[in-house]
Amino acid sequence: MADEEKDRSMELQKEMLAEHFRRLEAAPETGEPVVYTFVPGNLTELVRSFGALPVLPEINALQSAMRGKSQAYIAAAEKAGHSEDVCSYVKCDIGMSKAGNIGPTGTRLPKPDLLLLSYTGCFTFMKWFELLREEYHCPTVFLQIPYQGDGTETPAQRAYVARQIRETLIPALEKATGRRYDEEKLRESLALSAAAEDDLVAVLQSAKKTPSPIDAYFGAVYYVGPIFSAFRGTPEGAAYYRTLRQEVEQRAARGEGPATPAGRLDRQKYRLVVEGPPNWTHFREFWRMFAEEGAVVVASTYSKVGGTYDFGFRHDPADPLGTLADYCSGCYTNLNLPSRVAMIEAYVKQYNADGFLIHSVKSCNSFSAGQLPILREVERRTGVPGAFIESDLVDARYFSAANLKNRLESYFQMLEARRAGAAAV
Amino acid sequence: MTRKNVLDWAFEIYQDLDFGAARAWLDASPGRKAAGYLPVYAPREIIRAAGMLPVGIHGGGERLEIIKGDAFYQSYICHLPRSVVELAESRRLAFLSAMLFPATCDVIRNLSGVWQLLYPQIYVRYLDLPQVPEPEIAASFWREELETLTRDLGEVSGTPATTESLREAIAAFNEARALVRELYRARREAPWRLPTEELYVLMRAGEVVPLEEFIEKMRAYLAATESEPGRVLDRARVVVVGAFCEQPPLGLVKTIERAGCFIVDDDFLLGNRMIEGDIPLDGDPLDNLARAFTRHAVKTSTLYEGDPEGKHRLLREKVAVARADGIIFAAASFCDPALLDRPMLRAGAEKAGIPCIAFQFAENTGQFQQFREQAGTFADSIKLWGGA
Repeated sequence: MADEEKDRSMELQKEMLAEHFRRLEAAPETGEPVVYTFVPGNLTELVRSFGALPVLPEINALQSAMRGKSQAYIAAAEKAGHSEDVCSYVKCDIGMSKAGNIGPTGTRLPKPDLLLLSYTGCFTFMKWFELLREEYHCPTVFLQIPYQGDGTETPAQRAYVARQIRETLIPALEKATGRRYDEEKLRESLALSAAAEDDLVAVLQSAKKTPSPIDAYFGAVYYVGPIFSAFRGTPEGAAYYRTLRQEVEQRAARGEGPATPAGRLDRQKYRLVVEGPPNWTHFREFWRMFAEEGAVVVASTYSKVGGTYDFGFRHDPADPLGTLADYCSGCYTNLNLPSRVAMIEAYVKQYNADGFLIHSVKSCNSFSAGQLPILREVERRTGVPGAFIESDLVDARYFSAANLKNRLESYFQMLEARRAGAAAV
Repeated sequence: MTRKNVLDWAFEIYQDLDFGAARAWLDASPGRKAAGYLPVYAPREIIRAAGMLPVGIHGGGERLEIIKGDAFYQSYICHLPRSVVELAESRRLAFLSAMLFPATCDVIRNLSGVWQLLYPQIYVRYLDLPQVPEPEIAASFWREELETLTRDLGEVSGTPATTESLREAIAAFNEARALVRELYRARREAPWRLPTEELYVLMRAGEVVPLEEFIEKMRAYLAATESEPGRVLDRARVVVVGAFCEQPPLGLVKTIERAGCFIVDDDFLLGNRMIEGDIPLDGDPLDNLARAFTRHAVKTSTLYEGDPEGKHRLLREKVAVARADGIIFAAASFCDPALLDRPMLRAGAEKAGIPCIAFQFAENTGQFQQFREQAGTFADSIKLWGGA
């Protein structure tokens, strides 16, 4: 029963993705417009309200890595003059484009009709689309999302984003798609987003239970897939999250843990909070290192990179452009470091975590720069021991399995010893 | 004042990791305050208008031993933030009442958060530069940001900026920028008169002293280059690109020039000439500052290029203006803006037949033999065969 229910949401997601990539492949014939944009600050509801199909280059890069294709793409980009020092997502994407733009599922991705550069929480995004513009020679529209440097989105910043959407983004979408802006359609979509967000938050917060019915890092990667990519604000997206929530609630009621590469994780020895994106080239091997030790992740920051919903934000159909501004502003990497520390601290406390782990990736300065001070500050505030491990997003040269496993095992031993010490007192 | 006088003064300040010149200014009158800023661009006019001394924080270079800074940053992050943290953790920056972190890259952005965590008593502001290509929307946003900064620094200094003090500051920086432009023009015309190792330390000193002193020294140096013109030399004229944030060690600048090149344009310390031309003094000063940046900022890797051909054209134009023979891409290791831009910039230059070479450095690089060989071969190839 449990497996059938789990399979239903996974099947749904597979069907949704397959259909999406099929439509993308057929777009040059069907005439469906295509908009490339980024996960943080993606305006999927708006893009789709113009009948356009979104393409998320980071998703393509990570899926290429999971299918073992990223290394060749990175090598091609480096051969073309890209530095070894820069983001491997960018190089994977550039390499994929130069190799004929065959997407991770094996279907050809269409050229974009518009590059929507949502400049949200990542400097590299700007360079990435300047580079992609050279590959595709298509219009680019720039949307600047002010960073929450003081820990809040000010009214002026909100107005700035809404103004850009109204005065530059919507006209650019109208021109690229040949369709007029339809605010009613956008509102309907935003209402579907809010419903899906309610369900996603219920799923993520189910990890407060013991045992946790989900893994909120490795497992959450699958859970956030539809809402971070092409399906936020769609009926199929909303249906997916209803199904997922039911499955997770039923699993929790049965006292079961999540499925992992090492089998179902019912006996959970360590509850962890994780900061930073996962490695994608060895995703299952990496996950297995945790699961085999009985470690379940109960909360993660990476699962908030495409939107932070568990602190209350929901898309609001009553204020379409304002709510899109709020959404973009609140994406995790757009938050300053004190806000990130506060979020992690809250997770450690609310989810009753035994430990806190940072997985630092070479590629992403938006995440990585400042993680060591974050580690110390979270330890200071919570008293929970932290650990620091390193690899990369999609460049396998920086994934050292033996080193990671060694460090993780040492960390778990330390948690065990600490627990034994506490019990002895 | 002789050339040597100016250069001795500049070199001493450049070498001083304790910021003695800035501290001396603070000590000269009770209640004075200083505000630090990271590269690349900060509106220093607003700092001055609030009665504060703007102090450029450009890292510790090769002179600073990193003891604590490495504990804050992973090996795959550029060197600048670890030396800046080292300066702070060793109390060398304790004289600053405020720190401004411009939107240069994610490392500098996140460094603002590190500051917020480590030094909560200091005023910290992330300067979210306007990036959108539509100048009116950009200027309106940037003006709001400038207004907030003006108000906040006024509270820090206790001397809120007024329309008059802002105009005075704009006028003073107009004068300084005009002299910087003149020095760069003079170097383009006769690079043997203004070796870049000299120009660089003068510019660097100007980052930490009161503006009046910098202006006086620039004037004196300019006059000295007329009266002491030096010997005319024939070397390959090069533009150096990519060192706008983390600064190259002085040894690298010397190495390039001693290997047979004249640097006739560069982007070192770019913030001191980020705005081209004078900023108007009439009307609302914050409006003028905002419009100057959104309409007249120089093109660089930290700002969005709205023109699809812009990256390809940029170095062709720079080379033409500087009458350069070639381009040296010199980026700091792990510098996202410079390294991500390089393929686009280089493609444009090479399409135009401009010889290029590329290398990476760190501010604490101490070995220059490899650079000497690369730059020397490059210069030889240009001089002997007209191209690399």
